[in-house]
Amino acid sequence: MIGLEHYLIVAAALFVIGIFGLFLNRKNIIILLMSIELMLLSVNINFVAFSAFLNDYVGQIFTLFVLTVAAAEAAIGLAILVCFFRNKGSIDVEDVNVMKG
Amino acid sequence: MSIAAVAFYAFSMSTLVGGVFTVVSRNPVHSVLWLILSFISAAGLFVLLGAEFVAMLLIIVYVGAVAVLFLFVVMMLDVDFAELKAEMARYLPLGLLIGVVVLIQLMFAFGVWDYSQGYQQRISEVIGNGTNTAELGAIIYDEYILIFQLSGLILLVAMIGAIVLTLRHREDIKRQDVFTQMMRDPEKAMELKDIKPGQGL
Repeated sequence: MIGLEHYLIVAAALFVIGIFGLFLNRKNIIILLMSIELMLLSVNINFVAFSAFLNDYVGQIFTLFVLTVAAAEAAIGLAILVCFFRNKGSIDVEDVNVMKG
Repeated sequence: MSIAAVAFYAFSMSTLVGGVFTVVSRNPVHSVLWLILSFISAAGLFVLLGAEFVAMLLIIVYVGAVAVLFLFVVMMLDVDFAELKAEMARYLPLGLLIGVVVLIQLMFAFGVWDYSQGYQQRISEVIGNGTNTAELGAIIYDEYILIFQLSGLILLVAMIGAIVLTLRHREDIKRQDVFTQMMRDPEKAMELKDIKPGQGL
C-alpha cells in the first residue's frame, strides 16, 4: 500500500532537483524559471497528498491557487525575459545590471 | 505489488527523471519537453490520489499553456545556449552540495514528523459524497469565493503586464491607420483632368 510518506519523498526529491537546477543553470534565466516551476510542482504534490490522506479538500483548493500564481509568474517572467533580451541581446543573469544594484 | 503501487512507482520515477533532465539538458527545447513529461507524470500521481480535477487542470494549464509559452520563448529568442551552458561544470559541485544539504534537512524534518492528536477521528469524518470536481466547486464558490476572484484578478494583472512589457511600437515601419482610411474623402482622392487630344499635360 502506497502511503503518504511515499508521496512526500517524491515531492522532496523533486524540490531538491529544482534547487539543484537553480544552482546548475546560474546563467540561463529560462531554465531558472523551469526549475522554479518544478519546485512549485513538488509543493503541489505535497498539498494534494496531504489533502487526499487527511480527507480534506482544502489542500486541493490551495493547489489551484498555487497553479494560478505559478502561471501568472511564468507569464510575467517570460515577458520580462523577452523585454530584457531585446535591450541587451542576451539572457545571462550576470548581464542584468541596468540598475547597478 | 498492486496495480496502484506499480503505477505510483512508474509515475514518480518519470516525474523525477523528467525533473533531472529538465535541469541538466543541454538544449532548452529538450528541457521544456522533459518538463512536460514531469508535469504529465505528476498529473498521473494526482489521479492516483483521487484528485482528478487538479490533475486535469495541471495538464491543461501547465502542458497546454505554461510549457508552450516556454517553448515559444525558447524558440523566439536567438540565444547562444552553448555559451550559457559552458560554465555548468563549474557550478556542479556547489549545486550538488546545496542539494544534498537541503535533502538532509528534509529528511530530518520527515524523521520527527508525526500526525497530530486526534487526526484519526478527523479523517474518519466523511466529507461530502459527490465527485471530486463537484466537491471542489462547492468549496471554492462557497468558502473561498473572495480568494477565487482575487486569483482571477492576479491573472488579469499578469495578462496586462505581459502585454505591456512585450508590446513594442515601432516608428520606422508603415502601418495601417484605419481612421484616416475611413475619413478620407473620395472626391479629393482623385483628380480628373480633361486632356485635349494631341497635347501633353
